[in-house]
Order: sequence, then structure tokens, then C-alpha cells
Amino acid sequence: MLSSLRTLWYTFLHLFQRNVTVQYPEQMPYLAPRYRGRIVLTRDPDGEERCVSCNLCAVACPADCISLQKTETEGRWHPEFFRINFSRCIFCGFCEEACPTYAIQLTPDFEMSEYIRQNLVYEKEHLLISGTGKYPEYNFYRVSGLAVPGKDKGEAEHERPPIDIRSLLP
Amino acid sequence: MSHSHAIVAGLLNAVLGLAFLMITAALLTWVERRLLGFFQDRPGPNRVGPFGVLQVAADGIKLLFKQDWIPPFADAGVFVLAPAISMITVMLAMAVIPATPLIGIIGDLNVGLLFFLAMSGLGVYSAVLAGWASNNKYSLLGGMRAAAQMVSYEVFMGLSLVGVVMLAGSFNLTDIVRSQRHMWYVVPQFLGFIVFFLGGIAETHRLPFDLPEGESELGAGFHTEYSGIKFGMFFVGEYIGIMLISAMTTVLFLGGWYGPVLPPFMWFGIKTGLLICFFILLRAALPRPRYDQLMAFGWKLLLPLTLLNILVTGALMLGLPGPA
Repeated sequence: MLSSLRTLWYTFLHLFQRNVTVQYPEQMPYLAPRYRGRIVLTRDPDGEERCVSCNLCAVACPADCISLQKTETEGRWHPEFFRINFSRCIFCGFCEEACPTYAIQLTPDFEMSEYIRQNLVYEKEHLLISGTGKYPEYNFYRVSGLAVPGKDKGEAEHERPPIDIRSLLP
Repeated sequence: MSHSHAIVAGLLNAVLGLAFLMITAALLTWVERRLLGFFQDRPGPNRVGPFGVLQVAADGIKLLFKQDWIPPFADAGVFVLAPAISMITVMLAMAVIPATPLIGIIGDLNVGLLFFLAMSGLGVYSAVLAGWASNNKYSLLGGMRAAAQMVSYEVFMGLSLVGVVMLAGSFNLTDIVRSQRHMWYVVPQFLGFIVFFLGGIAETHRLPFDLPEGESELGAGFHTEYSGIKFGMFFVGEYIGIMLISAMTTVLFLGGWYGPVLPPFMWFGIKTGLLICFFILLRAALPRPRYDQLMAFGWKLLLPLTLLNILVTGALMLGLPGPA
């Protein structure tokens, strides 16, 4: 009986406490910078696509929602198409973790509802953004040993010139 | 000529009272949801109209336009009758309540208190018939619980008022309020007040005594099978029931319209409103007791207490000289 009265009193006191509700459409909730929302494909600082279509994201994806096809121009690999089916995506972020070039990234945005399910399939043109995302400095082709137009072997950052294997000199 | 004038005035009074009751009951659904929200640190419905008041209209429209379905296995006649009884009985009982000596439909009825008890007794039929006519095991269980709970709490509710009637010497609700001019009956009849209010909660089958509905165990108990406006009628009946019990408690124990400074009808409104808010607080705070606990609480605690209350009141009235 006494505990009932105490419960009544404590419940009554809640009348004078602040509401915890966030009035969503008018008032946006705070999303952490590393919030796992809509997936984007980023570009390197030179404005080229970062994705090298290695397929690791598609392999890592537990929901099998990523599909892509590799193509190649002048030694650089990039996807011919890159498709994410957001009606299957579970926003686990495994693709971001698997990506060796920081190309695929999850962003703090969740407002992507659609009335037509088909519209949830995003193509490369929808995914690709013009910026670098969370890693503004990183450029895969500038740190890898691969020769691309404008950068030969041995010219990458922290890379020594290649050894002449036909010479006896040290 | 003047006779027909009186009839027209009476009818107008009744119709206006009815409309006021319906509107207030509808608004109460909104008040309850907002208050429950505040008790749970959230705003409650606040989207439709200013502060969400028009939520009431939205709900009404929704209930009106929902499919009104009578299950093929139900006893159709009784099934339709039950929600009507629920609303009619509480509305009739509301008629005898004097908000002030002037505002009220038949506040001066010389058997007002008995009429109220009779109507709340008839109200049991709505739950029982609804449970029976639905022809569904959960509904039947709900109806059975309603019968047992409401019939037993009816007893204590009636007995708890005997003290008030003894003190006031009248069944006329206006006279009962008038006799509280110097002291509200909540002071000499504190036990009666508590028992009447508990009985009232059980009578309107509101939480924590909502065993006939028991969402977690019986679906919705006696009104599981009801949809559309028939469900709405149970709903409105329940909310008018809350108002009825609050208004009755005000009239019988809290001095009705008496109070300083403010005009009488405002005092009546304030007291009734606070009691209604207390009903909602009870809903927010307390869990539902088990069925046997409810019955044991009633018969083993409340019944002896009310009998004791009657005995002591009677003894004191005999023993003490002077006005009592």
C-alpha cells in the first residue's frame, strides 16, 4: 500500500521533468560523425574515383546488396557500374571496413525512404560524391607502387626507386 | 402554455448537457494521452491542431469510418445493445449530478443518490452482455471478471455512501452538497471517501482495476470483438464514467460547488478536473493486481472497513449531541 503511494508520488513528479522527445522533422537529432547511414563512393584529392573495383565490399556484405563490374582505363581500375540495393542493406559498415582505398564510406544520413521499392537501388551516379569523405588526404594511387599516367614506378610517397635487377652494383 | 415552455426548456437543458458531456468525454481522451505522455517524459499527441487538441476530431473520424463489423458467431442483437447500455447508463447517472444549484439536469431529484447507484449497477450489464454476446473465450472471461468485480465493488460503493447519507439525512444530491457548507464530508467520512473512490475505479474498470479489459492477458477483454463506432461508444462510456465518478466524489465528499472567491461552477469544475487527473495518474503509476488479489482486497479489507465506518458514524451521531 505504502509502495503504491510512493509510486504515485514519483510518477507525479515526472510531470515537472523535461520531455526527452526530439521533435524529429523540425528538430534534427544529433548524429555522430561515424554514424552508419547512407553509403557513398568518394573521390581522391585529385578528383578521381577512389574505387578500384576490388569486390571486397561485395564479398564482405552479409546482405549481398552490392554488385559491381570492373573496367580499366590507362592502368587505373574503376567500376563500370556500382550498384547498392538499399532495400537489402543493413548498414553494418562491413563494406567500409573491407575497402582498401577508403572509397566506400557510410555517412550520417538516414532520410532515404521511398514509396517505390525500385528507387532504393542506387547506381554509381547516385552513390558517387565529389568530395573525399572522412579521409581528405588519402590517395591510393599516390601511395601504391602501381604505375599510372603521371606517376611511374618508384615515384609514390615513401617509395624508393625500383632496384635494377640486371645490375650487379648495390 | 407555461407548461410546454417548461418541457422545451427541460429538453434543451438535457440536449445541451448531453452535447457537453460528449465533447468533454472526447476531449478527455486527448487530456489523458497528453498527461500520460508528461508522466512518461514525452509530449504525447501534439501534432493535430493547437497542442494536438484536434486529435480528438481525427480519432472520432477514424472510429466513425472504420468498418463496423459484427462477427458471424456473435449474438447480433445483444452485441449491438451492449455498447449502447454502456453509454446510456453513465449518461443517465450524470443527469442527477448538480454542478451548482442552477446548473444540472435533475440535480434536485429526491432519490438522486439511489438513482446513481442503480444506474452504475445497470452499467455492469454492458460489460457482461458484451462479453457474452461476443461468443469468444477472452471476451467471456472479461465479461465474467467484469461481473464479479463490478458487482462486488458495487456493494462497498453503496455501503461507503451510507455514512454520507446518515450525516446529510437525505438522498438528494443538492441537499447533500448544501449540508457540506461548513465542513466537507471528506473529513468526517475519510474512510468512506477512500472506499468510494476505489469502488469507483473498479466500477469504471479503469486501471489499476481494469481486469475486465486486461490488454496483456485478454486482448481487450469484453470488447475484443468490437470495432468502429461501437468500440468508440465503449470508449466514450468509459470516459463519461470517469467524469461521473469524479463528479460524484466531488458532490458527496468534497463539498460540490462550495469554495472561496471563485464562482460555484468553477469550483465544481476544478475539483472534478483534479480528480480526473488523479484517475490518469493512477493509470500511469500502478500495475494491475491479480484477479484473486482484487477480490480479496475488496471483500477482506474494504467491506469490513466500510461496515466499521457505518458503525462508528452511527455511534458518534447517537452519542454526540447537536447537529451532525
